Amino acid sequence: MLETVIHTENLTKQFGDFTAVDAITFDVYKGEIFGFLGANGAGKTTAMRILCGLLSPTSGEAKVAGFDVYKESEDIKKHIGYMSQKFSLYNNLTVKENIQFFGGIYGIERKRLKEKTNELIERLGLVHEADKLVGSLPLGWKQKISFSTAILHEPRIVFLDEPTGGVDPITRRQFWDMIYEASNRGITVFVTTHYMDEAEYCDRVSIMVDGAIAALNNPSDMKKDFGVKDMNDVFLELARGAKRGE
Amino acid sequence: MNNLLFLLQKEFKQIFRDPAILRLIFLMPIIQLILIPLAADYEIKQIDISVVDHDHSSYSRRLTNKLVASGYFQLAEYNNSYQKSMETVGEGDTDIILTIPQNFEKDLIKESAAKVHIAADAVNGVRAGLGTAYAGQIIAEFNREVREEWVQFPRMNPLPLIEITSANWYNPHFSYYLFMVPGILAILVTMVGAFLTALNIVAEKEVGTIEQLNVTPIKKYQFILGKLIPFWVLGLVSITLGMLVAWVIFGIIPVGSYFTVYVFSAVYLLGVLGIGLLVSTFAETQQQATLFAFFFMMVFILLGGLYTPVESMPEWAQWLTKVNPPTYFIKVIRAVYIKGSNFSDLLPEFYAMIAFAFGFNFLAVRNYRKRSA
Repeated sequence: MLETVIHTENLTKQFGDFTAVDAITFDVYKGEIFGFLGANGAGKTTAMRILCGLLSPTSGEAKVAGFDVYKESEDIKKHIGYMSQKFSLYNNLTVKENIQFFGGIYGIERKRLKEKTNELIERLGLVHEADKLVGSLPLGWKQKISFSTAILHEPRIVFLDEPTGGVDPITRRQFWDMIYEASNRGITVFVTTHYMDEAEYCDRVSIMVDGAIAALNNPSDMKKDFGVKDMNDVFLELARGAKRGE
Repeated sequence: MNNLLFLLQKEFKQIFRDPAILRLIFLMPIIQLILIPLAADYEIKQIDISVVDHDHSSYSRRLTNKLVASGYFQLAEYNNSYQKSMETVGEGDTDIILTIPQNFEKDLIKESAAKVHIAADAVNGVRAGLGTAYAGQIIAEFNREVREEWVQFPRMNPLPLIEITSANWYNPHFSYYLFMVPGILAILVTMVGAFLTALNIVAEKEVGTIEQLNVTPIKKYQFILGKLIPFWVLGLVSITLGMLVAWVIFGIIPVGSYFTVYVFSAVYLLGVLGIGLLVSTFAETQQQATLFAFFFMMVFILLGGLYTPVESMPEWAQWLTKVNPPTYFIKVIRAVYIKGSNFSDLLPEFYAMIAFAFGFNFLAVRNYRKRSA
């Protein structure tokens, strides 16, 4: 039996009379890489923000790491990591200071934090950059640091909102190696992306159209169901039916 | 508690790395304290006076000399045509016209009475009002001198003389610096406290780092204290610098104690930090925050009694000044600096500041959300 770490049922979010997220129901299991796809404006980020406790849902149910999104959002926050679309490290702090700050906020004990920070900096190959301001580093590096920082406190789930946007293919590949590594350690990865090759790397994929989930399966079965040879065609097939404009 | 330490560490590092904030904190007190008192000097000197002398007598010349010798007036024109003097008013070269009629001397000697006429260019009301008042005083003095010369036997003086003498308490030399500098200190603390806080938080909103903080288990009060404490310290640093400038450049030191100044600054800062926090919950961008700040600052300064005494405002405006925090602080700083008031003299102001601190922070904390609706 797979352990469920995210569970939603008819989760809905309305802004006035606009339904951004329309009664979505799905489960995410421990350790899997769950791809959350959809065109711009399909409601991915809104759904993700609800699951992270940044936004209140309008109706429906959702549990993240066993905690209720309505009443226990602060408990959820202890067990998740989050990397937003907007780059969210402090540009005027150094690499080391950023890692230590966010690690500290998650309550990692000081001595342990120091060890972990040094270990991470070494693993990322940033020993010479450790005392440089983050703002001076190239985007790809920032994204890697950002991801590493998001999982430094060993969360049960990490939410990644378009983590590889604007990053070169080599760095993208390296980034996905890091994602696999995290997943192997048992961290569930919930990731949105616009790159269909990345969708192929996921264990399971859901595709959102106009706020609702139009398809949810593993990539190979999904391709079979739609009778196409890659995820790109699956996506185009579904997104063509979308009523909301780009 | 640990979280708060991490936040404070981060905040101070960022502040000391931001050249704009440092410049603001260190240069603003100095520049404001030097410039504003010099510009906002209400003492009116060098009033341009035109004397229209239709008499050309020794008395009329004596009166003219007396006016110019007073130091307040500068003779712009000396002629015998009111029309011509009016033209110079139009050109802005004359503020006041004194018309001495024909037979001034004769009337003065024969009938013991003579009339002069003063006309003032009232575009600048303060200048006109003060100019007329000064001229009136000087003429009255001239009048007395003339009488004394004529009355041979003082004991038979038929007109009792009432001489008004005045003493300016607390500010014997009537120095405008002594009045303005403490007031500006108060405004400085307000600026640093309210606006740097607001801008700082809104900047985190703009960059997106606040979302990263909101998704951590950090507590709301920790976040808020992490923002307020650094700016509270900066506010105290800024008033310390301001007091230093006041002493070094103007030689102004409080008659009362520095301790009183700090106690009030500390409490007052809590209130203005609350205002900053509140603004940051409304503003989404730094532009919005700046515009809010600009609006509030105008109201704060105008209603705060920095330039114009609260007592001379219309009644409705006086009510508004009661809910304007800087009004109290300006009053307190002036009282401590000029009168030497101590803590117990200023208890009502102290309570008002406590109330502001609670009120604004309550609203701000209520409005600040880690999760949006």
